[in-house]
Amino acid sequence: MTLNSIPLSRLAGQATGIEASSVTPSPVAFDVRDLNIWFGSHQVLFDVALQVPARAVTAIIGPSGCGKSTLLRSLNRMHDLVPSARMEGRITLFGEDLYSKKIDPTLVRRRIGMVFQKSNPFPTMSIAENVTVGLRLNGLRKSDLLQERLETSLRMAALWDEVKDRLNAPAISLSGGQQQRLCIARALAVQPEVLLMDEPASALDPIATAHIEDLILDLKKEFTIVIVTHNMQQAARISEHTAFFYLGKLVEFDTTTKIFTTPAQKQTEDYVTGRFG
Amino acid sequence: MQVSKHHHHWRKLKSGCVSIVCFACALAVIAPLGLVLFHLVRLGAGSVDWHFFTALPKPVGEVGGGMANAIVGTLTLLGLAALLGVPVGVLGGIYLSEYGSRRFNWLVRFMADILNGTPSIVWGVVVYALLVIPMKGFSVYAGAVALGFMMIPLILRTTEEMLTLVPNSYREAAYALGIARWKIILHIVVKIASKGIVTGVLLALARVAGETAPLLFTAFGNRFWNHDLKEPIAALPLQIFTYAISPYEDWHRQAWAGALVLILMVLALNIGVRFLTRGKFSARG
Ligand SMILES: Nc1ncnc2c1ncn2[C@@H]1O[C@H](COP(=O)(O)OP(=O)(O)O)[C@@H](O)[C@H]1O
Ligand SMILES: [Mg+2]
Repeated sequence: MTLNSIPLSRLAGQATGIEASSVTPSPVAFDVRDLNIWFGSHQVLFDVALQVPARAVTAIIGPSGCGKSTLLRSLNRMHDLVPSARMEGRITLFGEDLYSKKIDPTLVRRRIGMVFQKSNPFPTMSIAENVTVGLRLNGLRKSDLLQERLETSLRMAALWDEVKDRLNAPAISLSGGQQQRLCIARALAVQPEVLLMDEPASALDPIATAHIEDLILDLKKEFTIVIVTHNMQQAARISEHTAFFYLGKLVEFDTTTKIFTTPAQKQTEDYVTGRFG
Repeated sequence: MQVSKHHHHWRKLKSGCVSIVCFACALAVIAPLGLVLFHLVRLGAGSVDWHFFTALPKPVGEVGGGMANAIVGTLTLLGLAALLGVPVGVLGGIYLSEYGSRRFNWLVRFMADILNGTPSIVWGVVVYALLVIPMKGFSVYAGAVALGFMMIPLILRTTEEMLTLVPNSYREAAYALGIARWKIILHIVVKIASKGIVTGVLLALARVAGETAPLLFTAFGNRFWNHDLKEPIAALPLQIFTYAISPYEDWHRQAWAGALVLILMVLALNIGVRFLTRGKFSARG
């Protein structure tokens, strides 16, 4: 955060850290502190501190290349998979250090579902196989339990009625919007505690987008959701809290209402009103 | 006006010439295959009968007999060679695509490309020194090892290429489900690339099916049935070779028939490949 861009009135509150602000009345899911991330020698995130409230939707906004995806991928240790990546800082989920030496990254990823910008159902698998693959490859064999999770996950993803008669059809026979909901069902099937979504609707038409948004509003009753979006209206419609990133720095994090009506930072205001970005 | 019209004709003429030359070259590519098939069918088809597939070769001087043992021998050799070449080639390809470091991969790729270009007689000689001499005799094992060695670098390279073509987004989706890495590779990535990998295996089989040189000092050939893997075995290319250089009219006839059957086997493998790769792109890999 560039100090001279912060009004003096905010600096007082800043000293105690963002985590102490009134932003997070509910229990904290992710607690991110002093997060710095580099790709090789190129630093992409600078001293990010953020507390993501549980059972709510937190939106991450900001211009392309400001590090939104990188932040999201550091939350479920997908970031580790990039050989050139280096990270400093601390991320906890419900108090547990996700980067502790004792923790298995595979188990972290099982607790944290992820949905990507481009839907990516496995092309060799049927609709049903796609949903249950996470369970099956993690050793669940009981067919009645698989069947039950299949239906529950598809219902949660609001896809059951559309596919219940063709569960064995190839997943890639579905439309783009359906494929994305299938990916959501696939992520939900392993019963994660948190759902990370990286621009999940940016490749979809308005009707499919509306479907996904309804779905997110439903899911937040049970899950903690962090969603990256390019769409300001979408952030405003579905999220309780919004974090605005610019050039790798967290500029402002507050309730969505505040961010979109009376942001504290000039940069935030310029961005949400479309003056740059 | 006059000049530009003239130019126009000249350009048209040039363009016509180029397309004719290209067409002739394309024809020159197909011509040998057509010629080979025509020749083989003309000289061999008459001799490809029931006996050819079921009878053993007759003793020298007697007319008739078939190549049953050579056909079974070739299939046996190919099967055993695949037993060696497929696991090593596929697992090696998986290592290159999914694990290995850049430097090590470069080295392995470089070696594989050299091996792919190695004349097949070299494989025969090497296996002769490594297996035939210590085992004190030609054998099915030695023949299969020579063919298997030839298959490894071919399968390794195609497997690696097919796996590299699998978009990373599928690996990421699988990681995000908390699936262990080796399971992601075996159950998701390899499965997505499986058509391409099988194609590579079939092409490698087709490539070695007709090899004669590596079998000369290894499988050696046999005029009888062989059920012992430690004994020499017949193979179609060997039998064709022996018959073709013989002075007997009847053996020449059978050599043509053998060549026809061999090329049909290779063609069948290639058609299998076409069949597998059909619709590959519409199904997103
Ligand atoms: N795998 C990677 N290797 C190197 N640089 C990367 C990689 N992924 C992202 N970056 C860089 O990190 C910066 C932030 O990227 P990203 O987090 O994808 O931004 P956003 O999602 O906000 O558009 C960009 O400058 C991008 O070029
Ligand atoms: Mg992004």
